[in-house]
Amino acid sequence: MLSPNLHLTQLPRTCRATVASVEWDRMSPSEARRLREFGLDEGVDIELLHRAMLGGGPLACRIGRMTVALRAHVAGAIRVAPLAG
Amino acid sequence: MNPAPLVALVGNPNAGKTALFNALTGARQKVGNYPGVTVERHSGRLALNDGRPVELVDLPGTYSLDPSSPDEAVTRDVVLGRQSGERVPDAMIVVADATNLDNHLRFVLQLQSLGRPMVLALNMIDMATRDGLKIDLDALSAELGIPVVATVAVRKRGLDELRAALAGILATAPRTAPADSVETDIRHFQREARRISRAATVEQPRMRAVTRGLDRVALHPVIGPILLLVILFVMFQAVFSWSEAPIGWIEGAQGWLADTAVATLPGGFLRDLLVQGVINGVGSVVVFLPQILILFVFILLLEASGYMVRAAFLMDRLMSGVGLSGRAFIPLLSSFACAIPGIMATRSIDDPKERLTTILIAPLMTCSARLPVYAVIIGAFIPARQVLPGIGLQGLVLLVLYLTGIIGAVLAAFVLRRTATKGVGGGFLMEMPRYQLPSIRDIAIGLWQRAYVFLRRAGTIILQVTVALWLLTSYPVAPAGVKQSEYSIAGRIASGLEVVLRPIGFNHEMSLAVIPAMAAREVAVSALQTVYAIDAADEEQGAQELGGRLAGRWSLATALAFLAWFVFAPQCLSTIAVARRETNGWKWPLVMIGYLFALAYIAAGATYWTAVAFGLG
Repeated sequence: MLSPNLHLTQLPRTCRATVASVEWDRMSPSEARRLREFGLDEGVDIELLHRAMLGGGPLACRIGRMTVALRAHVAGAIRVAPLAG
Repeated sequence: MNPAPLVALVGNPNAGKTALFNALTGARQKVGNYPGVTVERHSGRLALNDGRPVELVDLPGTYSLDPSSPDEAVTRDVVLGRQSGERVPDAMIVVADATNLDNHLRFVLQLQSLGRPMVLALNMIDMATRDGLKIDLDALSAELGIPVVATVAVRKRGLDELRAALAGILATAPRTAPADSVETDIRHFQREARRISRAATVEQPRMRAVTRGLDRVALHPVIGPILLLVILFVMFQAVFSWSEAPIGWIEGAQGWLADTAVATLPGGFLRDLLVQGVINGVGSVVVFLPQILILFVFILLLEASGYMVRAAFLMDRLMSGVGLSGRAFIPLLSSFACAIPGIMATRSIDDPKERLTTILIAPLMTCSARLPVYAVIIGAFIPARQVLPGIGLQGLVLLVLYLTGIIGAVLAAFVLRRTATKGVGGGFLMEMPRYQLPSIRDIAIGLWQRAYVFLRRAGTIILQVTVALWLLTSYPVAPAGVKQSEYSIAGRIASGLEVVLRPIGFNHEMSLAVIPAMAAREVAVSALQTVYAIDAADEEQGAQELGGRLAGRWSLATALAFLAWFVFAPQCLSTIAVARRETNGWKWPLVMIGYLFALAYIAAGATYWTAVAFGLG
């Protein structure tokens, strides 16, 4: 059973979830603004799609109906609640 | 007479805005610049269904009216009616991706708060249908209070309806005072957008399968990078193998023109100027048009298909090692065609220090203007034999030249990010658009614009420099027994420069060719062509081609030093001018010129003396 509150980086691939909370102050103002423009917000559908090769590479995730590439430190500021099933 | 109404085309990046612009205006487009900034202004004429003309301006794509780049600032300023050099738009066509309504509607709502007449083009409706998404257009139109038209720009569907809706809002447009500021906290727009989107969406199944499936391959940790390498290899291979035939045609046409001129015109100054200066000088540059266009076909295809962002994703880990991000990969790849669009593409990099670093290293990517120089020298000095099956020695040398540029760029970025452009990384955050089949029409329009820019350069700056050089090398006429290339004005200037360049193995003719190559690298080829043609005029060797002449006169060490010089030397005035505009001053272009000339001198010298030590001098 998955914990109801994970960092996005800990979410298993292609497991659907919703955004539980976002620690906006853990990213730069420009990153925060861009992510808001991409529609990141509490309650939005989110899913981790791909991790790049090697450690430390970027992640691809789906936010709402948009696919977004982001780095791990930004993903680490997003807390998600996995959906059952 | 009243000018035609001005309509602004606005939308998120990846909404298909440019495809819609191309579909609406066809070939009737003008590319210019907004004053004071290097943002291109694309405008075109569109005829309403009753024939009335409208001027349509395609604004840079942006996610909101809170700009983070000069392009996005232009979009904001135009829609707010405060961009200098632009009329206040009478109406807006807002383009939104039907498959990503939540997000694109947010920008629609923000634009709507400005109080200008607008119509929503719900684009890529075919993709939405294929994904099983059903949107109630009437409900959407009622919620938003503006006309909504479903379009498929790449298939030219919905254009009549869009023009009709546009005529409607232009006819009834109340001339309200435009808002001169805008709410930039987008969260309430976002929530409202989600509510409207839900209300108007009848059916919303899971995500599109095609893009997910392709991404499982393209972004696979192992297959993805291999696929990227294969694509880049095919791209560079195609630049050389596909271009052979068209290059032959251009050379044939050039030879025919020169022969015709010689046969029909009386001998003398004018004929020599026309044949040696204009036809052969400009011809030696135009001959590389096929290679440049092939490279641009690939870059335009990679961008239009949506793959380019995947490549950036795959490259991010490597690029972050030298203090850049995957975003820098796109301008750097464009720089293989030409550093000018490459440097302009750095505008999409949010972080100023990272952007500056990318501008400084962009000239190290082997641009197509170096190809003429490389091709002539390699053809003359490197034997065309097979090293391995399918891999020739000439191609291998070319690959080494490309790699030297890339390695130089990596090292330069590494050093710059720890010294001159030090700062925390800007991160990497990009939308990955849906994959789509590029429309041939959009690629053709993009290609035509590139070809036009290149030919205009050949017809203006390169023509002028070539003719000036021909005059400077032809006069004063040398007395018998003295070499024309040394007696002439240009020859005397080159003799001064030769003092500096002799230690790195350069001879007199090379010193002479390097000066006009400052205007554009490819001029080095026509300069050598002119110099040797003038010297050879009396020796009955005028017909011999440049490669053959060089092979007899230069040592291999000298030739290799010349190649090494061109890997690094910042010999392109247009690039320096663009760097100045993009960095708002002379400081960074001077840094760029300084470090690149230093590298060029060191690399050419090291190459020459190493080769001499191996007995190739």
